[in-house]
Amino acid sequence: MKCSEFLNELTNYLDGVLDARTKSELDDHLAWCHNCYVVCDTTRKTIEIYRDSELYELPDDLRTRLRSAIMTKCSEHKKSGPASS
Amino acid sequence: MSTIQPNIEQPVSEEMQLVRRAKRGDDSAFEELVRRYDRNVFRIAQHITQNREDAEDVVQEAFLKAYGNLAKFQEQSKFYTWLVRIAVNEALMKLRRRKPERTVSLDEEVKTEDDSLPREVADWSPNPEQMYNQAELRDILTRTIQGLPEGFRTVFVLRDKEGLSTEETAEALGLSIPAVKSRLLRARLQLRERLNRYFRKRASGDGDQ
Repeated sequence: MKCSEFLNELTNYLDGVLDARTKSELDDHLAWCHNCYVVCDTTRKTIEIYRDSELYELPDDLRTRLRSAIMTKCSEHKKSGPASS
Repeated sequence: MSTIQPNIEQPVSEEMQLVRRAKRGDDSAFEELVRRYDRNVFRIAQHITQNREDAEDVVQEAFLKAYGNLAKFQEQSKFYTWLVRIAVNEALMKLRRRKPERTVSLDEEVKTEDDSLPREVADWSPNPEQMYNQAELRDILTRTIQGLPEGFRTVFVLRDKEGLSTEETAEALGLSIPAVKSRLLRARLQLRERLNRYFRKRASGDGDQ
């Protein structure tokens, strides 16, 4: 397997959605190709870092305010009947 | 090509029960759906618009639109996937209104992207979480993700941050599955590359070659 082929399958590999044979070919490639091993490992870490991060969390007070505004508008919408949008 | 993530036939989910109650006019059921997904919608909107006020507007507009169109929701997909699709469209409209000149075809971006293989000799060590404090790391993550083209960012956020499947992401964005996979790969590699600049810089600053 070439590095470019490995890279093409990287997303499927990281998502664990490959069949056993392809996965085993990729594992074999990783066992000897240090470059792909590092790229794969740091890509996995990239995903984990973002997944675990708390970027853009909605603060509780704003959450309550938004929800209340939404429900008020929903109830107005119901009273006035469906508006054309 | 392997087949992935089969759609498992499920009994009527708790979520669908809420949706049906909301369709029958039970606003408390709809409020529960808001409570369940407002944070996700906000994150997605903020990632797309990169603007907090716009993201707040998107949360309101997306839920109102969902409420107004609930009768049209066919129940063939999850409510959340349907809601995400509405939210993404609202967020993109905000973005386009703000930056009309920046409407770029993503397929062009994919084609012109540098296809050379990333070259790496060193892993990230110690772990980035140990190298930076929370605030520094958050700043780095925000900057790196902001630099991604919007279409890559959106796919990455839906798949890797919000945990939608490839199929759900494709449905929410109106893209084909191969397009989602291609953009996800690009997004992951570009983010990795951008983070690498920070994490390697810090490592070399410590005397590493």
